[in-house]
Amino acid sequence: MATESELQYTSEHEWVLVEGTTATVGITAYAAEKLGDVVFVDLPDVGTTLASGAIVGEIESTKSVGELFAPVDGTVLEKNSAVEDTPELVNSDPLGEGWLIKIEFTELPPLLSFDEYTALLGE
Amino acid sequence: MTEGEFLTARVHTRDPQYPLRPGELVTDRYSPLNRIHVDAGASFTDFAGWQMPVRYSSDLAEHHAVRTAAGIFDLSHMGEIFIVGPEAADALDYALAGKLSATTVGQAKYSLLLDRTGGIIDDVVVYRTGDDRFMVVANASNREVVAAELTDRTAPFECEVFDESDELALIAVQGPRSREILVATDGFAIEGGHPDGRDVAEKLGELKYYRALPGSFRTQPVLIARTGYTGEDGFELYVSPGHAEELWNALTEAGAPLGLVPAGLASRDTLRLEAGMPLYGHELGTETFPVQAGLGRVVATATKGDFVGREAVESGPAPDARTLVGLVADGKRAARADYEVFASDDSTEAIGVVTSGALSPTLGIPIAMAYVDASFAAPDTVVSIDIRGKRLSYRVTPLPFYRAKKD
Repeated sequence: MATESELQYTSEHEWVLVEGTTATVGITAYAAEKLGDVVFVDLPDVGTTLASGAIVGEIESTKSVGELFAPVDGTVLEKNSAVEDTPELVNSDPLGEGWLIKIEFTELPPLLSFDEYTALLGE
Repeated sequence: MTEGEFLTARVHTRDPQYPLRPGELVTDRYSPLNRIHVDAGASFTDFAGWQMPVRYSSDLAEHHAVRTAAGIFDLSHMGEIFIVGPEAADALDYALAGKLSATTVGQAKYSLLLDRTGGIIDDVVVYRTGDDRFMVVANASNREVVAAELTDRTAPFECEVFDESDELALIAVQGPRSREILVATDGFAIEGGHPDGRDVAEKLGELKYYRALPGSFRTQPVLIARTGYTGEDGFELYVSPGHAEELWNALTEAGAPLGLVPAGLASRDTLRLEAGMPLYGHELGTETFPVQAGLGRVVATATKGDFVGREAVESGPAPDARTLVGLVADGKRAARADYEVFASDDSTEAIGVVTSGALSPTLGIPIAMAYVDASFAAPDTVVSIDIRGKRLSYRVTPLPFYRAKKD
């Protein structure tokens, strides 16, 4: 598991861990905290083609619905079935066991550094 | 309790000790318990201009605590408006939908403030605190309009209206262990009872649902009401803002070993939804007749004289007007407020709209309240809800979804 400062971020409050051509994606602790207790996660199936910026899944809490945006262009390699069965992992460990999908990416758009993301939260 | 006893005004300006939170406005209003919530690490939400705790750590844990033990809520944002005078009862009979003159001292009554077209301006709980005095508790968002309407409507009667909302904090303890918690909290006494409070357990045990007792907490007057908005046994405590912290701290210290946790507005919303209780702005509004919301029994057309909205509610809504129903589904995908309801999965003409919905924390299934065309309101009718582009079947079910077990 990477530390906060090693991850990259989107303005949609997702984190991205880039390893080779694979991007692991989850939501940030800030987003998980804002949502409240996550009770249902809907993730794209393995093999789904994703276009960066498109809504590809949903993270529902008792109070609201968060949308999962694809941060990169590519294909879904794996989805976290543990988080589908136990959605509260998104709250308890958003950067670790609460990861959502792994994407084999073809195109990596510019992402935010930890400092840039933190600055965004301060606004 | 008299209106004068709470005239120790505390201005709810921000505590300079705490910086502004992101998105917070300098014009925001604060509960007298704000510092406690900040220290407890609460997340806040704007509710009618008030910065109130939405959750402390987990809204699900807070919800379950209220169902199994107890939760403590800060409801200081709610409005308290007093009507005092020899004709106060008659004045409220005219101003509100219910027959308040039929209540006895110490009784509480759920009622509605209707407009002349029969629409619902607000739903209120009215406490009769004396022969000549009542306290009307209004939703925070409607405090001003309720105070203005009551002032206007009661003008011909011999009574006065005082908006004491800034002079009263409200703390609710809700859940099956609520009574034990109040009894375990040192400092309560009941008016007319033992000054040392040795009879508090007995008096609280005798206090029925929707009844209130004047009492005190360490010399401060407190109105102790057995009311709530969670579907559980519980108490609502009205106290001066200057003493709210002391009362909150005493309750949480005594209650923690019994399972009491601070609970935010997120859990309050799922609790009231499971209990089938309407929320102003969702199930209730000026476009809704009481009978559509299942509140026909609250309107005393048969037992009292003229009141505001009478003519309109007597002619009633159109025969095909939508009616409030409970809906349940399988799975985990919850319909939310404003989602459209259809007759079937392939139908494209809406027959209703969801007003509140969530994955029920207690039942583990999606539940919702919705207004549907009268022909779809019968129990077991299957309807289809568009959940962000995917249709899901829901079944009409009688309200409430959840009912507390009696002891």
